[in-house]
Amino acid sequence: MTHLKKTLAPGPSGQLSAQTFVGLSGERSGLAEAESSKMERLLLNREDTHTLSVYVANKPGVLARIAQVFARRGYNIDSLVVSSSMDGKFSRMTVTAIGNPEGLDQIIAQVNKLVDVIHCMDHTGENAVVRELALIKVGAGAEERTGVLQIAEHFKCKTVDLTERSIILMATGDTEKVDALINMMSRYKIIELVRTGKVVMARGDQET
Amino acid sequence: MILKTMDGAQALVRCLENEGVEYIFGLSGGAAIPIFDALVTTKTKIKLILVRHEQGAAHMADGYARATGKPGVVLVTSGPGATNTLTGIMTAHMDSVPMIVLTGQTITSMLGKDAFQEADVFGISMPIVKHSYLVKNANEIPRIVREGFHITNTGRPGPVLIDLPKDITQGPFSGELHAEMDLPGYKIDTSFDQKSVLDIAEALSKSRRPVLLAGHGAIISGASVALRSLAEKLNAPVTTTLLGKGAFPETHRLSLGMLGMHGTAYANKAIIECDLVMSVGSRFDDRIVGQPSRFCKDAVRIHLDVDNAEIHKMIRVHHWCVGDARLILEDLAKHVPKLDTADWLKHLDAYKKKYPLKYKKQGGLKMQHILDELNNMTGSQAVISTDVGQHQMWAAQFCKTLKPNDWLSSGGAGTMGYGLPAAIGAQFGRPKERVVAVVGDGGFQMTMCELATACVHKLPIKVVVLNNHYLGMVRQWQELFYEDRKSGVDLEGNPDFAKLADCYPGAKGFTLKRPADVRKILTRAMEYNDGPSVINAECEKTDNVYPMIPAGKALEDMLTEAPKHKMERPTGST
Repeated sequence: MTHLKKTLAPGPSGQLSAQTFVGLSGERSGLAEAESSKMERLLLNREDTHTLSVYVANKPGVLARIAQVFARRGYNIDSLVVSSSMDGKFSRMTVTAIGNPEGLDQIIAQVNKLVDVIHCMDHTGENAVVRELALIKVGAGAEERTGVLQIAEHFKCKTVDLTERSIILMATGDTEKVDALINMMSRYKIIELVRTGKVVMARGDQET
Repeated sequence: MILKTMDGAQALVRCLENEGVEYIFGLSGGAAIPIFDALVTTKTKIKLILVRHEQGAAHMADGYARATGKPGVVLVTSGPGATNTLTGIMTAHMDSVPMIVLTGQTITSMLGKDAFQEADVFGISMPIVKHSYLVKNANEIPRIVREGFHITNTGRPGPVLIDLPKDITQGPFSGELHAEMDLPGYKIDTSFDQKSVLDIAEALSKSRRPVLLAGHGAIISGASVALRSLAEKLNAPVTTTLLGKGAFPETHRLSLGMLGMHGTAYANKAIIECDLVMSVGSRFDDRIVGQPSRFCKDAVRIHLDVDNAEIHKMIRVHHWCVGDARLILEDLAKHVPKLDTADWLKHLDAYKKKYPLKYKKQGGLKMQHILDELNNMTGSQAVISTDVGQHQMWAAQFCKTLKPNDWLSSGGAGTMGYGLPAAIGAQFGRPKERVVAVVGDGGFQMTMCELATACVHKLPIKVVVLNNHYLGMVRQWQELFYEDRKSGVDLEGNPDFAKLADCYPGAKGFTLKRPADVRKILTRAMEYNDGPSVINAECEKTDNVYPMIPAGKALEDMLTEAPKHKMERPTGST
């Protein structure tokens, strides 16, 4: 739940409002009025959240070196996805971190300096494709099941496990969509939540 | 002799030979025995310098590297042997010094099992190395050594650590000794942005009060000749950082000496009043900018650096160019005119007359007096290494540096104990030249065990112990900012350093107490060349270094003499 807590934490006011957010995505409609203030809080930190893509040599210690660049400057890594790229010699990392842009510029420059880093790029604010996957285990007996499944259907979730007392839903989408789903589900009992964190890919001819 | 079958350690030694290694500074231990053995069995010409403490090995390699421009090589064992080098590695990393650190390690099957003398040196050293390796296969040794030497001394230099498990070094080697590098993330690009150079040239051509600020990068890139031609062509004054000493001859008419916290008043005044400052390979360290928001606030700020991450790190600049300082300066010189700086230089000359570096020769024995005399006697031609503190700042002020690689001092790290081992390393690298270690009584006692190393090799280094029985710089701060409450600075219990030197076979001790004897004692020490000489100079206990800019204050707040009013506590970094 750490991620959710962090996103909900108050921060400097952001540019996006809940309204523009709804407008941006066709997949989400019918947010209850009462939810909009909660959503606004969810969005508060967006401006300071940076999504970096790091292309690295697939060697032991690379992750530690990169993590140290953040930790030394007091930055927390909020989500991190690492997997080997097409060419097994290299790995792709997507890192999201919250902080002031100047500090992050220095972090990007320092990460780029690491011998095992091919490149590190900031995709914040770009029209890049950003996705994450979430597995949500919701406590749902016979009474709640219909409600849960209705919301799940709305968010195009898959039901990957169903027992008498719980449902595991799998959702994919951008972070805002996953946040919104969790927000809607929070009226039920969320037993466990696992999010992959963001993966990002630049569109068209641009390099990730 | 060609060995029929080699082990990993023997292959390692061959690879080091291929890199042109002359000396290895080291101390043995269980996990490193195969490598020490290979130094014998390969009949290599590489000379092993056995130290007394691993920190000394790292500083020696550092001193060798700074004095010669070639990477220094350290060889130590696992666990405490390796951790003892960390201060030296950090010192080299902060000051961009090329160094290869070879550490023994427990056998691979025991990694992470808390084996005897096992330490995660690869992990512990990560933030203070440019790059590091844990060797898992003996056949990778040639590639790793090749890469290590390439990485350590190209771009912005820095230490490279190679951790070598014992089963790898004593296991069989079946690879090729000549291996290709595989560094897709590390490309050395000698090109630079031509347009930036033209922009910088235009900015320079409009300047009437320019200052060139040379840092260690100017020395590393071999830019001193290019810097001098550019300065002379522009007719622009040059100041240097502590580590930039030697990038520009300090006796040149355009030299302002060192700037910063304890720099010359005229260098700092020039920075305050200039209309353009161009840094050549300096990183705008907090010791020179004081308060970043007020540093050259109204001047055009230009930054040349090989490290992209340094641009805008401390100071936001108007123009910058990332690349090799020498190449950029050579190109820049083609595009700039001679500037009309006559009034500016006259103005600065007046400051030089008004605020000279000065001290009183009468009264107690002054550190400045000894350093001034040392400078006169050697004609500024010696290689000088220092420790850290008051004596270091006075040495920087009074020992003029004329050419690159003659000034060895721990700048970024501020490592006490650096001076003696660095001088030893420098003397190995430059056997025919005069090498002087200027040290304080505090720092000297941290690494003075290396006198034995100097004795074994009969190195004629001169160790000038400027002894005030205090950790003097901290005492100065306590006097100025903490109502003179002395806490943990009194070094009672100091030995007689002259007598101590006499205990070592081949070393000779000298005692200096009176100002009148300065020249005599220095001459005697200079004449003793059968081993190290140690001068115990009993100096005035409570002298303070000026000029001084309290940490975090702007250059405008410089004190040129003892303040008459109570000082606020500094808020800047240490």
